[in-house]
Amino acid sequence: MQLALVIDLNVCVGCHACVTSCKEWNTGGAAGPLTDQHAYAADPTGTFFNRVQTYEAGTFPDTETIHFPKSCLHCEDPPCVPVCPTGASYKRKEDGIVLVDYDKCIGCKYCAWACPYGARELDEGRQVMTKCTLCVDRIHDEALAPDDRKPACVKACPTNARLFGDIHDPQSDVAQAIRERDGYPLMPEWDTKPANHYLPRRVNKAP
Amino acid sequence: MLNWFARQFGSAPLHDPTATPAPDVQRDVKTTTCYMCACRCGIRVHLEAGKVRYIDGNPDHPLNKGVICAKGSAGIMKQYSPARLTQPLLRKPGTERGAGQFEPISWERAYAILVERLARIRATDPRKFAFFTGRDQMQALTGLFARQFGTPNYAAHGGFCSVNMAAGMIYTIGGSFWEFGGPDLDRAKLFVMIGTAEDHHSNPLKIAISAFKRRGGRFVSINPVRTGYSAIADEWIPIKPGTDGALFMAMLHVLIGEERVDRAFLARYTNAPQLVVLDGGERDGLFAFDPAAGPPGDGRNPHNKLVYDKASGRILHAYPEGIADGCEPALEGRYALDDGTPVAPSFQLLRERVAPCTPEWASAITGIPAARIVALAREMGDVALNQAFELPIEWTDAWGKVHPTTTARPVAFHAMRGLAAHSNGFQTVRALSVLMSVLGTIDAPGGFRHKAPYPRHIVPNYRAFNSPEMIQPNTPLNAAPLGFPASPDELAINADGSPIRIDHAFSWEHPLSAHGLMHNVITNAVNGDPYRLDTLMIFMANMAWNSTMNTEGVRAMLNARDPDDGEYRIPFIVVADAFQSEMVAFADLVLPDTTYLERHDVMSMLDRPISEFDGPVDSVRVPVVPPLGECRPFQEVIVELATRLKFPAFVNADGSRKFRDYPDFVVNFQPAPGIGFLMGWRGKDGESPLRGEPNPDQWQRYAENNCVFQYHLPRDMQFMRNWNRAYLDFAKEKGWRQRNDPVQLALYQDSLQTFRLAAEGKGGGRQPPAHLRERVVKYFDPLPFWYPPLEEAVTDTEAFPLNAITQRPMAMYHSWDSQNAWLRQIHSHNYLFVHPKTARAAGIADGGWCWIESPWGRVRCMLRDSEAVEPGTVWTWNAIGKADGAWHLAPGADESRKGFLLNHLIADTLPLGERRISNSDPVTGQAGWYDVRVRITPAEGDETSPHVQWARPDVDARAAAPHDSAEK
Repeated sequence: MQLALVIDLNVCVGCHACVTSCKEWNTGGAAGPLTDQHAYAADPTGTFFNRVQTYEAGTFPDTETIHFPKSCLHCEDPPCVPVCPTGASYKRKEDGIVLVDYDKCIGCKYCAWACPYGARELDEGRQVMTKCTLCVDRIHDEALAPDDRKPACVKACPTNARLFGDIHDPQSDVAQAIRERDGYPLMPEWDTKPANHYLPRRVNKAP
Repeated sequence: MLNWFARQFGSAPLHDPTATPAPDVQRDVKTTTCYMCACRCGIRVHLEAGKVRYIDGNPDHPLNKGVICAKGSAGIMKQYSPARLTQPLLRKPGTERGAGQFEPISWERAYAILVERLARIRATDPRKFAFFTGRDQMQALTGLFARQFGTPNYAAHGGFCSVNMAAGMIYTIGGSFWEFGGPDLDRAKLFVMIGTAEDHHSNPLKIAISAFKRRGGRFVSINPVRTGYSAIADEWIPIKPGTDGALFMAMLHVLIGEERVDRAFLARYTNAPQLVVLDGGERDGLFAFDPAAGPPGDGRNPHNKLVYDKASGRILHAYPEGIADGCEPALEGRYALDDGTPVAPSFQLLRERVAPCTPEWASAITGIPAARIVALAREMGDVALNQAFELPIEWTDAWGKVHPTTTARPVAFHAMRGLAAHSNGFQTVRALSVLMSVLGTIDAPGGFRHKAPYPRHIVPNYRAFNSPEMIQPNTPLNAAPLGFPASPDELAINADGSPIRIDHAFSWEHPLSAHGLMHNVITNAVNGDPYRLDTLMIFMANMAWNSTMNTEGVRAMLNARDPDDGEYRIPFIVVADAFQSEMVAFADLVLPDTTYLERHDVMSMLDRPISEFDGPVDSVRVPVVPPLGECRPFQEVIVELATRLKFPAFVNADGSRKFRDYPDFVVNFQPAPGIGFLMGWRGKDGESPLRGEPNPDQWQRYAENNCVFQYHLPRDMQFMRNWNRAYLDFAKEKGWRQRNDPVQLALYQDSLQTFRLAAEGKGGGRQPPAHLRERVVKYFDPLPFWYPPLEEAVTDTEAFPLNAITQRPMAMYHSWDSQNAWLRQIHSHNYLFVHPKTARAAGIADGGWCWIESPWGRVRCMLRDSEAVEPGTVWTWNAIGKADGAWHLAPGADESRKGFLLNHLIADTLPLGERRISNSDPVTGQAGWYDVRVRITPAEGDETSPHVQWARPDVDARAAAPHDSAEK
């Protein structure tokens, strides 16, 4: 099993719902707290497992504005794991989620240097490396209603742009979406085999 | 040491990532309604040991169906905001207003001060108390308070928000976008979105746009800027700000010229065939009528009108003969009544109006290629008429004709402030409404659909007070403070034509100002125009910052003193808010409100409910945590003040208290028999929804049902409701409408013509003062037209060649969220976005500091290149810049050092001859935010200017902020 997010750039409006719902769940969850620095002062900064970047492509008037949510891609061959000197970074066999064991992490940042995607965030408050857990403390929690056993960002997303499931199961929604919508991984040339995929824009042209 | 061993000898995690932190803590989930913006989604608040742990969307709520936005998820941080006000504050005697010198006082003292002051005003001159409210959703209560007080000086914030959208559409089709109606994207094939603020009705629209795209619908966005929703449009059509009206007129030119209109719809459901008098006389431009059939038709009684029947060659009553089988009402031609009076169907006049509005004409104004205008108009016509389909829903129209199916018109529109916030916005929105009407998309499947209690009459049957005699000491107003005037008789003016209201609403300056003009209040009160106030009470509106034009001027006015006696020109200012906004510093008395998680609230059918297309929906908030400090819900304060002031609606005959508190008021107050603030579970047993006796357990029933009540209309009442017999009867019975008449679409708006005739000296009734006659004649055109925004006429557009507008970030609601530790990390400061060619031509580098300057002011800010903006336009995010220290941010926070506020550049008044007049739409008084013209020049320095210092109140009772390692 390889759990993953498949993010549909055709409907993402860049609203940041995934950003703060992630922050909110995880700051009080098993991976938290996610600390903030200068929260009410100049240059506020803090730990977010998920961020939305906005790009422009093309020139006026044929400009595209692309909202691009990014978090840990849960690579099938994650370069952040073997470089960890303490074994704090690890990939779960049962569901493919890449995690950091905070009790082992010494904050050396080797993993952040190894990650080609810039997906890791050193928590300045706690001095441990953090990252998306795919809400591992939600998705396996049988105390939650079955519909709630999803990552916080997936539940929040108003455009349902974030699909979640097992990309190794060809019948899953995510595997089908990747197949049928030309889903792609980021920088495949690095051979990291990112589990997360993106679905490209599709333009419905004028008749 | 143990950990070290584990690292060496074990690969198993030490830290169980699936373990629940603090497993023994008591957990609880409560449902309520979000208020991080005006969208009002259902939320679940997860509590641990009584504290908020997590807020997520309620999957059982009809509005958001479980999703939540960035603001909603950050609601938890509002509870921990350092900017919370926690106790009533009184300006210290002898200190300056705005200096931040307050003393905490008890609520009892605050009430005593207010009751003494308000009772004196009410007993002498009730006009001297003005009550204006901001982003609230409780106008049914605040409006009742003002009316019971007897002051005409009440409004909410609609005048500077989107009254052009509301009025322009309501005067044309009887409903409007947002909570009153919207695009039926479940069935549309083409969606055209024009100038939409992305913080409005946000989650339902996001859900709908996503599903629409996935179904294969085509999404076209017309906007000077490509952000947010426009980013995922299939096509972005950039347009120059303030020119949308020209685009719509040209599209009408194409559609009407090429016969791509729904003629059957126009003939039966609109006033297109009705005959307009064209004799140049006293009734010139009004609809012809049959004197034998009663008084002439007008905005309120529209049905005594005439049509020309092509089948018989005779002039007939429009109803019922004109819509009878076999009748062919003419849409074109010119005719004469029996007495020789020349007349023409109103559609003929529309046809003549749009004839010169060619695509080439519009192209020169809008910047959109003419071929693109033609192609889009044709696409709209093709989708509406040739890709239509039938739903198997039988319905009966108002005249008894049974329609075996319901016809879809699958082209849907949505628009908001991009059209509204211009001084030509009313006529622009009229043009859009007429465009939608000729395509037959009104309350049709796939088109625009109403939400209960809409559609209203055209003109809505809400008359405001209209004479100074109606304002009497110690007496409630015998009419609503706000209304929809149908003729000059309904204006709030004195015998000499001067305004009765402090904001000049419903005067000849802005006759159809249905939402008031909050943005005029401070300027007018300071100038004593038309008189001075005693007490100004502001709830939840930042009039000293982002909600005002001419920000620095208005801040100075708030502190202005009378040279004669040294007293403040506005003697007493009361501010009710939950947070330390810029406005709070200017208060004499501060009333600390609660957050949305700490109080009862209603989203009422009497106000702005959250209805869906298929039926009415209302909802409530219930407290999930106790109020912080001495905070009290403002609703409780209003009920308490009204009771202590012994307003008739709030006390019994013996003067004793009628309502225990606000929840008790909501259950038991009935403006009409069986109708209250909430429609769910009415009746003693809760079995009479919509209309019934008060139910003492009503709050409990809402709390048990996700805090929401939804009523699904039967299928045959879900469409064509302007003319749907079953719906019109039902809506009247339930009190949503006063009459069950059909609501014919007003392509031609004869109510506007009554104002124009008065300005021409015709009709023998009220007439405008001389200096406003020409203005009323020009803008009260019964047919839509485009004119340049008023500011262009008083601006050297060569010296100030650019348009400047703002956009709404989806993760921030107005000025409200800079106190929020998470949201301000997304937008702690803003840039001026400029097309690279425009920036280079001005000599400014990407990332450089520049001056943005209008004829009225200038601001230093940082520039960012963007290819996603029309080169003649510059833009920034709204309300990110803050006064230094406001909202309890640390001195030198990004918001004040790098962020900036465009409002400094926008004038509150414009010259009108030798006078000045509000910088607003001449019809509705909508603030012309987006009309300002600017230029940009390189700047020295690296900080925002003007740098406005905010006086931090010297009382600090904020809650501690958790998770804030830097401030520990």
